[in-house]
Amino acid sequence: MNDFIYRLQNVTKVYEGRCVLEVESLKIHRGEIFALVGPSGAGKSTLLRLLNFLEPPTQGRIRFLDAEFSAGQPMPLAYRRRVTTVFQRPILLNRSVWANVSYGLGLHGKRDQTDRIEKAIEQVGLRDFTRQRARTLSGGEAQRVALARAIVLQPDVLLLDEPTANLDPYNVGLIEEIVQQLNQEVGTTLVLVTHNVFQARRLAHRVALLLEGRVVETADVETFFQSPGDPRTVAFVRGEMVY
Amino acid sequence: MALSLRVSGTALLCSTLIGIPLGAALGLSRFFGRRIVIALLYTGMGFPPVVVGLFVYLMLSRSGPLGQLNAPLIPTLFTPGAMVVAQTIISFPLVAGFTMAAVMGVDPQLRLQVRALGATNWQTTLAILTEARIGVIVSVIAGFGSIISEVGAVMMVGGNIEHSTRVLTTAIVLETRQGNFDLAMAIGVVLLGISFLTNVAMLRLQGRTFDE
Repeated sequence: MNDFIYRLQNVTKVYEGRCVLEVESLKIHRGEIFALVGPSGAGKSTLLRLLNFLEPPTQGRIRFLDAEFSAGQPMPLAYRRRVTTVFQRPILLNRSVWANVSYGLGLHGKRDQTDRIEKAIEQVGLRDFTRQRARTLSGGEAQRVALARAIVLQPDVLLLDEPTANLDPYNVGLIEEIVQQLNQEVGTTLVLVTHNVFQARRLAHRVALLLEGRVVETADVETFFQSPGDPRTVAFVRGEMVY
Repeated sequence: MALSLRVSGTALLCSTLIGIPLGAALGLSRFFGRRIVIALLYTGMGFPPVVVGLFVYLMLSRSGPLGQLNAPLIPTLFTPGAMVVAQTIISFPLVAGFTMAAVMGVDPQLRLQVRALGATNWQTTLAILTEARIGVIVSVIAGFGSIISEVGAVMMVGGNIEHSTRVLTTAIVLETRQGNFDLAMAIGVVLLGISFLTNVAMLRLQGRTFDE
């Protein structure tokens, strides 16, 4: 797999004088599930925001397909729309489930896609909730709506920011299954941020450990968990304190 | 009555067109001088209409800075156009101020998540205004309330001329002074009726969200 969808070079992000991210080099293959693990505050979510082109890096360049994103160079809308994120705490619009799922397509100027919307709602198992108002849903259901509104867009890359952090095992299982299916059947590239090493192990093809804004180690899932190269990875995988 | 509605309706339209974008901009972006603009806006929200009337009077009078220009777009004193200008100035700070508060009450995460779905800046703002719709409509109601009931400014710049610039409120003042209390009362009831019906219509705009 030499087909990179993302290539990051010397990317840094500074907030109010504090450097929260400093990635020398990171490459993400097309069609893989890439997990970013690390303790909270390691810069995982910041990195995802950069990968979704929501904020520009302070320095460095992010190459996405054949386009480039840097401080003075915003990502063209058409490229930005090929990536989307499912956040840890989904904020849904105060409308029905259907309206929430169809909303993104409307933004993209794609209307009358009833089949696609129905299919996405079906995929996340919320067919009986279609007309219900999104605010009345439980946490797990709301997160599944967030997942549906993302997959309905058929993005090239789906970024998942701790998508199951506050959910019960049933919903965790369901969401993991859906995203795995998405990766296998449609070939969507997934970048998963999690502090749960077990989840990374279950889902990912490759894993990177992020500590204090730096990538400590990137390896395929086997190597990462069986024979990691960096002592800090060893400690993190074993569940020992590394920070 | 028709004139009251026309003047206040036009003024409300103008202040909505100014106030909602201004309120959204103040609520959503951070720029140099924002605090000063907000302080001015808050002052404008409590501005005495008579003072606005005086200001517009001086500006539009034949020897005033705008009156001298004789430009086609600038209304002349003692016409409905002048009343619209005064009422717009009275009500747009209310619309902008309440819109700003409503927009700032929306979860900041929503903005990020809508952008992540591929929204442009314009679409993001629209989404936030829609989420804050109860507050935004309250802002328009407040703006309407401040001008349909207003006497001082319309009296000054309109002049209360029969069949030309006499509106419901100024008519009430006149009839009361002449001792025609029955007529004044009747006009008062009509004014209240208009106010009530307009607000019922606005409530409908807020939609089902109100029942939750």
